[in-house]
Amino acid sequence: MGRFLLGRLLQAVPTLIIVSAAIFFAMRLIPGDPASVMLGDLATPEQVEALRREMGLSGSLPSQYLTWLGHIFSGDFGKSISSGEHVLPLMLDRFAVSATIVVTAVVFAALIAVPAGMFAAWKQGSFADYGTVALSTLLLSIPSFWLGLMILLVFGMWLEWFPVIGYVSLGENFRQGVLFIFMPVLTLIMVELGPIVRMARASTIEVSRLEYITHARAKGLSESEVMWRHAFRNAFAPTWTLIGLILGGLLGGIAITETVFTIPGLGRLLVEAIYARDYPVVQGCILFISVIYVIVNLIVDMLYPLFDPKIAQ
Amino acid sequence: MTMKSDPSQPVIAAEHLTVTVGPGGNKLVDDASFSIRPGSMLALVGESGSGKTMAARAVLGLLPTPLIAAPGSSIRFRHTELVGIAPPALRKIRGAHIGMVFQEPMVSLNPSMTIGRQMAEGLKLHHRRLSRGEIRERCLTMLKRVSIPNPVHCLDAYPHEFSGGMRQRIMLASVMLLKPDLLIADEPTTALDTLVQRDVLDLMVELTQENGTAVLLISHDLGMVSHYARDVAVMLKGRIVEQGRSYEVLSSPQHDYTQRLVDALPRRSAGGLRSARTIKPLVELCDVVIDYAGRPRLFGRTEAKRAVDGVDLTIGEGETLALVGGSGSGKTTLGRATVGLITPTSGSIAFRGGQIMTWRGRAARLQREEMQIIFQDPYSSLDPRQRIGDIVGEPLRLDTTMDGKARDARVREVLDEVGLSQDFLRRLPHQLSGGQRQRVAIARAIARRPAFVVADEPVSALDMTVQKQILKLIRDLQDRYGFACLFVSHDLGAVEQVADRVAVMQNGKIVEVGSRDDIFDRPQHDYTKRLLNAAMLLDRTFEGAAVATAQL
Repeated sequence: MGRFLLGRLLQAVPTLIIVSAAIFFAMRLIPGDPASVMLGDLATPEQVEALRREMGLSGSLPSQYLTWLGHIFSGDFGKSISSGEHVLPLMLDRFAVSATIVVTAVVFAALIAVPAGMFAAWKQGSFADYGTVALSTLLLSIPSFWLGLMILLVFGMWLEWFPVIGYVSLGENFRQGVLFIFMPVLTLIMVELGPIVRMARASTIEVSRLEYITHARAKGLSESEVMWRHAFRNAFAPTWTLIGLILGGLLGGIAITETVFTIPGLGRLLVEAIYARDYPVVQGCILFISVIYVIVNLIVDMLYPLFDPKIAQ
Repeated sequence: MTMKSDPSQPVIAAEHLTVTVGPGGNKLVDDASFSIRPGSMLALVGESGSGKTMAARAVLGLLPTPLIAAPGSSIRFRHTELVGIAPPALRKIRGAHIGMVFQEPMVSLNPSMTIGRQMAEGLKLHHRRLSRGEIRERCLTMLKRVSIPNPVHCLDAYPHEFSGGMRQRIMLASVMLLKPDLLIADEPTTALDTLVQRDVLDLMVELTQENGTAVLLISHDLGMVSHYARDVAVMLKGRIVEQGRSYEVLSSPQHDYTQRLVDALPRRSAGGLRSARTIKPLVELCDVVIDYAGRPRLFGRTEAKRAVDGVDLTIGEGETLALVGGSGSGKTTLGRATVGLITPTSGSIAFRGGQIMTWRGRAARLQREEMQIIFQDPYSSLDPRQRIGDIVGEPLRLDTTMDGKARDARVREVLDEVGLSQDFLRRLPHQLSGGQRQRVAIARAIARRPAFVVADEPVSALDMTVQKQILKLIRDLQDRYGFACLFVSHDLGAVEQVADRVAVMQNGKIVEVGSRDDIFDRPQHDYTKRLLNAAMLLDRTFEGAAVATAQL
């Protein structure tokens, strides 16, 4: 297991280096210069040049890249050009906000969707099955920003159950925090419900046709024993992969949801930084997101042997 | 429960059993009646789609939706009526009183649960008083009984760590652990090698006789059945067309269909040796070694596996050489290498004196025009989205001298040769039966008039009567076009009907080569003898028949 883990971590290194290079050079391709943006229209070329040097933007691109990479390895992500804050604590702060919402949403989505999908599969062809499939297809086809706005309208404006603007962290004030994250979490749950239900249903149907399920019935086990003891673990593996991909994807950015609900998360930080040509923040964020993605997938893979003993070998 | 009640009373009696697709739908089993007495065995024989499996599943209430046992059907287990029984009462009978062994050892055990847990499940359910220690003890004893090496380790192992034969033993062990009164065995050995088939069947007979368990054996193989079961019922399209003592049914079949089944059993006379004319070598293999590289690891690879280990072999023009061996013997790998699909690690394979080429290019293309391959599974070897006409015509597209018209004419000609009418041109593979698909695969292989065809287990996925037709077809086509054939098979029955010469392969080595009659009548190598002894050929008595004869 240790070797496996080490191997997977080493495999991630080239990925991250490629990501860092791609994002560094891509940022420099975007027209616009942070120094002149900061100093405004009236600055002289000398002033701009001086600021550029101060910000580490002089010198050739490759040398700039290597300097940046070197700093990252020593834990220094640099300072934000627009606010002057250190990038790493800034990102971690914002990430904590996004992660709270995303993890809560994915956990609830999985807890609802997996049993729903398995139930639909077990009752394949019944009204309950058709209803579940229809509902999940409907949810699948609604764009998340529209769904978010509707939830905002209904729960925030009409019913006035939840505050419409702002954010309080759960650590600061748990009750208040729950009120603030309720609507974004609900939006994400509804968005991700569809794919998980469909995957859980499809893989359960596949498994339920196999002989060992009939064998389990032939032993005299009850339907619920057959379903949970024999079908669940085997049917869950592909769904687990999907949940991992969804979690990784969402942790990397829920900019739209964050924008709709004015949540100060990582996605919004990234979008704002792109507009401001805030190179260190953009580069830092994207690298950070890649690392998160790699780690989430690693965790998913490590838990895989629980569902499929063949992988353990 | 182990107490046998009146031995003259049947354990199970099905009367007017009819299985339909939904109420009033198509009849898959039509008015079938059979009964089995304690300790005896009834074989339900028929081809795929004959309803034999559904009849057996109806006994345990395991019909897949939407199939149901029609009103008026009756299945009595001792004094209990099983049709329409309440699910909780049925669950008390399943496993404890009626056990079932399934066909596919690869999917009939749960892959994510240890063997120990799966075996213990039935005991826990039906014998609630047993302690954990006792359950473990009984499982171990049973695993020892079915000769699983290292039973203690086996309890904690997962199914994928065992071969098909071992899994089927484990399956038998876990079902017989509960000492059921009736065992339903649904094609328990069809997916296994000939050698392993015999072992598993012998074991099944021993175990059931020890416990006085009655057996309902489902099979498509009349030859095999006749060696084990005293009684046989032949099913055709859902009906039982003939029923009786198996030796009587075999020796004097009453129904047409039974007669056809008996005729389809492999017999020497069905083939016929070609004259011993001098044969020019077409394909020559010299000291061929093929290794499968190990799986890549973080540092290096796992150990390589040697699939073919120094094989010398010659296939003459127009002759059929059968390559025989158990699974894992390397026969399929060798077959693929002879048509250039796999590059040998060392050694040489020559075709018409020139090296077999595995790379691209004009020369390799020219060489391949003369070689074709027929695969084992006609369900996956045909592109499901191509029409039959396109499938058969595809190899002809490579021939630049042929225009569309000539191609079309050839496709029709070839379809005719394999016995398919022109209606098939526009059909898709899923509209065809297994036998028809294999005919299409043969048509595709011979469309360019090759000089050499590799047939990789071409009939092992087919029913007995269809097997016979396909073998005859290959033989006839060979007589007509004179192509050489490497016939890869584990089934000596099939081999006997088509081969001129036979090469026996074990662990990557050829252990014996000779003419068909030499191999079948005067086998030298021990492995050949074991293979022959395991093959249930009808016109040959074999040592293990003692069980069946004792019953007669």
